[in-house]
Amino acid sequence: MARKFKCKICGQTFEADSMPDKCPICFADSSNIEEVVDSADAGKVAKKGIDTNGNAYTIVYAAVMVIVVAFLLAFVSSSLKPIQDANVLRDNKNQILTSLNIEGLAGEDIDNRYNEVITDTLEVAGGKPVLVASLDGATKYVFPVAGRGLWGGLAGYISLDEDKTHVFGTYFSHESETAGLGARINERWFQQQFCGRPIFDNEGNIVLTVTKAGDAKAETEVNGITGATLTSKGVAAMVNGGLNEYKDFIAVMPCGMSESQAPEEGQEEESDTTNVELN
Amino acid sequence: MSKLFSDENKAAFSNPINLNNPVTVQVLGICSALAVTSQLAPAVVMGLSVTVITAFSNVIISLLRKTIPNRIRIIVQLVVVAALVTIVSQILKAFVYDVSVQLSVYVGLIITNCILMGRLEAFAMQNSPWPSFLDGVGNGLGYALILVIVGFFRELFGFGTLFGFQVIPSSWYVENGGWYMNNGMMVMPAMSLIIVGCVIWAHRSINKEA
Repeated sequence: MARKFKCKICGQTFEADSMPDKCPICFADSSNIEEVVDSADAGKVAKKGIDTNGNAYTIVYAAVMVIVVAFLLAFVSSSLKPIQDANVLRDNKNQILTSLNIEGLAGEDIDNRYNEVITDTLEVAGGKPVLVASLDGATKYVFPVAGRGLWGGLAGYISLDEDKTHVFGTYFSHESETAGLGARINERWFQQQFCGRPIFDNEGNIVLTVTKAGDAKAETEVNGITGATLTSKGVAAMVNGGLNEYKDFIAVMPCGMSESQAPEEGQEEESDTTNVELN
Repeated sequence: MSKLFSDENKAAFSNPINLNNPVTVQVLGICSALAVTSQLAPAVVMGLSVTVITAFSNVIISLLRKTIPNRIRIIVQLVVVAALVTIVSQILKAFVYDVSVQLSVYVGLIITNCILMGRLEAFAMQNSPWPSFLDGVGNGLGYALILVIVGFFRELFGFGTLFGFQVIPSSWYVENGGWYMNNGMMVMPAMSLIIVGCVIWAHRSINKEA
């Protein structure tokens, strides 16, 4: 059977029964000639077992891989789901407690403290829940809020004092903000900036908001995070928009609350907050 | 034991940490190096996560390497990495919830990290599991090293802190009557690109022949 040869000098292929002395086209030396092996033959020679490059093998491999991985993921996900749900639930309770400036609990303590503190859940207009908390005899209201950051969702809890004019505490969480920048909204120093802030302006509108870092002037403005302007804007929209959604509930203010008293109360609340932390 | 730590295996482990560093020499994984280095803590977490995932996906691909059809090998590698990362994050979420909340941001970044795919394609497809494991650990640590260097400079000059602790005395700051101000540029991702550039420069002038 004729074998195929290729000359490296002129690039021509030709057939011969055995290795020729010289290239028949350009007469180059035989050291420049190499034998060409058909790719089909090469497959048979090189692989004794299954041909891993065949179409059938590739398709079956892909199908088996997908099914195995799908079963594996489904199994892991469904078998761990109850534990994960319990964790998420507990984490939510912990977030609510953190927004009431109760920190540093873990495990069962969170559940116990939560049941102790949260006394009632009110449903206000639009079916939104408001949690009623009782802390050392004082009533606080916790408002769940949600919004959008730079990359994904934001969520948080804002707790207000009994007269619903000042912030008692906040907690923010995020899905996928940039680590070290936007993700810092779930650090306590940022959240504690809100403590004791009034939420109304002189006209009785809810104006509590977040500005660019260093731009905060008024009592109702909180400094955002350097390098995370868009996340800060998202928090501003979430805080302000979220509270405005509860406007009807919050605006039922006790009579006789005059705006001139507001800053003084703010200071009192700040000292209250530190007391709670020290406790 | 001597076979487990032969010169070749040692090289697979130690080369990527210095002479063949995935970030400074192969210039892989730059995108995540920019994203998570504004502070040290996330840089360390990201470095360790990539180390663990690279090592174990390297082992899995190395075990499968003789069965993988050549034409769909990248897909197979991607499925293995994605499945591994998803399973690990599910387990963390069930048993160490706090850690999983910390890591949630990184999951996507780990799956798409070019170092992983690069090592699977370049090393695990040709080598047996043990060298592949060492290669994965070495590359992950090489990556972590650069992240920590960049994170160190960015956090120190951008926030005046290291691992969240104040390092630059607060009396130096302008607000407190001093002369110092945090450099806002350091917080921006652009600055980490410049720092990575400086690290590459330093690395190449030290290792001229490489």
